[in-house]
Amino acid sequence: MVEGFISRGFRGRRRQPNNAQLPPGQYETKGFPVLSAGPTPHVPLSEWDFTLVGEIDEAKRWSWEEFQALPSEEITKDIHCVTKWSKFGTRWGGVSVDTLLGNVETSAAYVTAFCDGGYTTNLPLEDVTGGKAWVAYAYDGEPLEPAHGGPARLLVPHLYFWKSAKWVRGLSLLSHDEPGFWESLGYHNYGDPWREQRYQGD
Amino acid sequence: MDEQLKLDGNAAAGSLGEVFPFEMTMAEVVCDHCASENFVGALMVYQPPMTLGTVVRCPGCDNVLMRVVHNSGHYWLEMRGARHLRIPDGSSVAAGEAAAEE
Repeated sequence: MVEGFISRGFRGRRRQPNNAQLPPGQYETKGFPVLSAGPTPHVPLSEWDFTLVGEIDEAKRWSWEEFQALPSEEITKDIHCVTKWSKFGTRWGGVSVDTLLGNVETSAAYVTAFCDGGYTTNLPLEDVTGGKAWVAYAYDGEPLEPAHGGPARLLVPHLYFWKSAKWVRGLSLLSHDEPGFWESLGYHNYGDPWREQRYQGD
Repeated sequence: MDEQLKLDGNAAAGSLGEVFPFEMTMAEVVCDHCASENFVGALMVYQPPMTLGTVVRCPGCDNVLMRVVHNSGHYWLEMRGARHLRIPDGSSVAAGEAAAEE
């Protein structure tokens, strides 16, 4: 009996069954795993820019220096990867997508983030506005490392982390939904970790 | 860091071997972007632990040749970046073995 009690205790701590921060099917990691579908791009900051294109009257473009001059925010959020790890309380710095879209008139209902290396991911416009998404260039008070998406990555922490596109270079504003790199190959189009939307049909 | 994530083409042969009924290491792929021709065994593969899928890239220009995902009871295979695949059907190997035995 005593042995059984002890094992239940250990099992409970490891699995954190009552942790309200952990979406279904996820486990907590203290590390920061690197997942990548290709080589890490190395674009000099002098050649880097961020653009808004698509359903807007005039495309917008910021150089790296101009981007750094935009109002920035400190963001602390939990992140959840579809490969089942979650990391709590990650600290980022960057520019809110609300700031980028501030003066833009658009009829778009969707955005596709596009990146160095050819990666894309699609999101409803309402999921990147209203304080829900950022273009992050700092992590833990330091410039974002290339392996984690530096110089800048999209940060959309309420969705699975494949939506937080590494090496992001811009947003395409679209009237229609255009499935991205993983969304077109069996992954869920929306990717809500709390509804465990990992794959098509979930 | 890249080198930790990048595997050789034999990893691709494993994933493709789950889809195709042939030994894929010696299959040849022509890149739709730079037209270079390579054996599957010589391609660049991104398939680190806990990955979302297998991404096969051209060793010459980094173009994505093929992507393989296995989830929810289905294989997904996308090959827009490959102009064609040339797959040995095994008969030439069998013929060669037969000739060697004679």
